[in-house]
Amino acid sequence: MPQTHKQPNYIAIFWWLLGLTIIEVGVIFTPLARVLIAILLVGLALSKASLVAMYFMHLKFEIRTLGLIAVTPLLLCVLLVFALLPDLSGTPHQTVGEAAPPAAPTSR
Amino acid sequence: MSQVAVLHPQIEPAESPLTPESWGKLGMWIFLVGDAMSFGALLAAYGALRYGSADWPHPSSVLGIGLTAFMTFLLICSSVTMVLALAGIQRGDMATLRKFLALTILGGVSFLGMQAYEWTHLIREGLALSGNPWGASLFGTTFFIITGFHGAHVTGGVVYLSCYLLRSLGARLNQGHANQIEIAALYWHFVDLVWILVFTFVYLL
Repeated sequence: MPQTHKQPNYIAIFWWLLGLTIIEVGVIFTPLARVLIAILLVGLALSKASLVAMYFMHLKFEIRTLGLIAVTPLLLCVLLVFALLPDLSGTPHQTVGEAAPPAAPTSR
Repeated sequence: MSQVAVLHPQIEPAESPLTPESWGKLGMWIFLVGDAMSFGALLAAYGALRYGSADWPHPSSVLGIGLTAFMTFLLICSSVTMVLALAGIQRGDMATLRKFLALTILGGVSFLGMQAYEWTHLIREGLALSGNPWGASLFGTTFFIITGFHGAHVTGGVVYLSCYLLRSLGARLNQGHANQIEIAALYWHFVDLVWILVFTFVYLL
């Protein structure tokens, strides 16, 4: 069956994906706060994933219901993260290589 | 098929309203949604374990970012060659289909080769399923399970696309099979999409 929608400019999408990947790798070497770097990286990754789904997988040209079905795993994953949060609350988090918190003063 | 369905074929519509091209396409989407949930659960578990660990190593200082960034580039390139292969068969240009399908498979095989090199290098440095010389042992467990699960998907994709390449070389594929190639392309792009997320969450964050 011949396709009914206009073919997107795949090469332009490729350049966007390449550019976003270069920015992603560059972001981890910037002297920004780790939380800000994490937000930027997640935003960039979701943008790249959206470009692949919308244009390479042609989701942009499909019926909206199919798009809603495709987004369901992302929503469930966010739900899973929130479901796991109570188990993690109060757990100390520190990545090796980061500065340790200052030690509490000892009384003599 | 029941007697009623034979007598009244209009009872069961022949086309899906969600994917008018074919039921196969809807089937692939449903499979991909289920598969995405598997990857989503793995990544959520990775995040939870990492957050709860006091000595999780910083991935970008332990894992080779340059190599994996190039692997990401390779998968993006293979997605482009896949859409060009699909465009080829939709036009009835079988030579273009064969050329770009072969390039897509080459991209997948190269990706797997680089992953094998990365794994070998890390294993020699002491990273194991139950051990990690840089801190939390679960770092190795999650790393091998997530990247291994994705690598298995790439392997499946290479085999899947190779079957179509062989069929086209044997002149058993024509413009009428464009929908089958589109379904295979959906799978391949999904593998690329998942790697984009794995690269960010496991290597960069």
